[in-house]
Amino acid sequence: MACELSQSVLHGYLDGELDAARSSEFERHLETCRECASTLEAQESLRASLQRAQLREAAPAALRAKIRSSLPDAQPATSGRSHRGLQWIAVAAGIVVVMFVSWRMILPRQPYMTAGIGIEQVLDAHLRSLQPGHLTDVTSTDQHTVKPWFDGRLNFAPPVSDFSAEGFPLEGGRLDVLNGQTVAALVYGKRKHLINVFVWPAEQRDSTFRTGVTRGYNWIEWRRGGMEFCAISDVAPADLRQLAELLSR
Amino acid sequence: MLEEKDRARFEQLILPHLDAAFNLARWLLRGRADAEDATQEAVLRAYRFFPGFKGGDARAWLLQIVRNTCYTWLEKNRPADLMMEFDESLHLHSSATPESLALAGDERERLARALESLPPRSREVLVLREFEGCSYKEIAAITSIPIGTVMSTLARARERLQQALTLPSTKEVPSGL
Repeated sequence: MACELSQSVLHGYLDGELDAARSSEFERHLETCRECASTLEAQESLRASLQRAQLREAAPAALRAKIRSSLPDAQPATSGRSHRGLQWIAVAAGIVVVMFVSWRMILPRQPYMTAGIGIEQVLDAHLRSLQPGHLTDVTSTDQHTVKPWFDGRLNFAPPVSDFSAEGFPLEGGRLDVLNGQTVAALVYGKRKHLINVFVWPAEQRDSTFRTGVTRGYNWIEWRRGGMEFCAISDVAPADLRQLAELLSR
Repeated sequence: MLEEKDRARFEQLILPHLDAAFNLARWLLRGRADAEDATQEAVLRAYRFFPGFKGGDARAWLLQIVRNTCYTWLEKNRPADLMMEFDESLHLHSSATPESLALAGDERERLARALESLPPRSREVLVLREFEGCSYKEIAAITSIPIGTVMSTLARARERLQQALTLPSTKEVPSGL
């Protein structure tokens, strides 16, 4: 490889880690340097095959259960005299946890979404949105345009933020209907992929993230601040998780 | 021992990253069974150290512990792994025929084998970047590589991975030569 930029800066560009000035400088360089242009192409295709191969391995459910049960018991905060009754409650709670864990292991992983909305409906809505002309009702990368657009169209106010700086530019928003419930759909980009984030009022309290794969699409689902979120896309699970964390900030 | 509220915080902040922890261990140790043991040990250590966790990036904090646990395990059980520059034996002893490697279904196997043939320090940055989507800053925090050299470390790792991917087709020579 003749060009030394291909050994370093190119990778920063590929990873979206260059600042705006260095990034446009490298783009100008790409126009004239064939070495770098072909290396970049090769690296993008290597990344694509790594993503396609889905080599990331999730922790086996049995390990998860083993780790949970091996954590030493917590010390009661109001520690006074030890209480036999409490110990029995702890044992009973342990049994419930084990039953819950084994139940989760036996059943295929389903999200616990409320309002009768199932992941299949979310996936169908995602696929429908990818049809030409169906993606957005309001197309704008400006959160101050997208957010007011939802006003008056919904009886709740979904959080709308642009995360371009973090690699998830806001593409727009639209209304969708899932199981008879009108929901907000926020559309984010990630490189050349699209992510739909569906938001509707939650019927239960805040939850942690739950993730899964349905028909090859990754999803992540959680409840926060009285709203339920489900993000779905063909991007890597780690990318979805990052967006979910940004939306929960 | 943690108090109840700390334990709840541990479960909320740390346990969601169990998949990332296992995945890093699985690729560092090149095996699932060892990775399960290392993950469990690392999470228990994290639990003990948790009062010292000052907040911030919980995933990076846990992955740092997982990484240290894995390196300690390698030092004790497979020190040669830490010396390896490039594990050709994985290619020489490959049972796959060129025909089977050419099949699209073996793409995943081929990539996994190539990744496993890299030295652990190349493997870990690739796993963190490509599978976990870590930023350079997070990679620096997890691996103790200075942030200024994360980019060149990744560049080297990717170059090695590409080399490894082109190897099987050229390794037609019997290993006796």
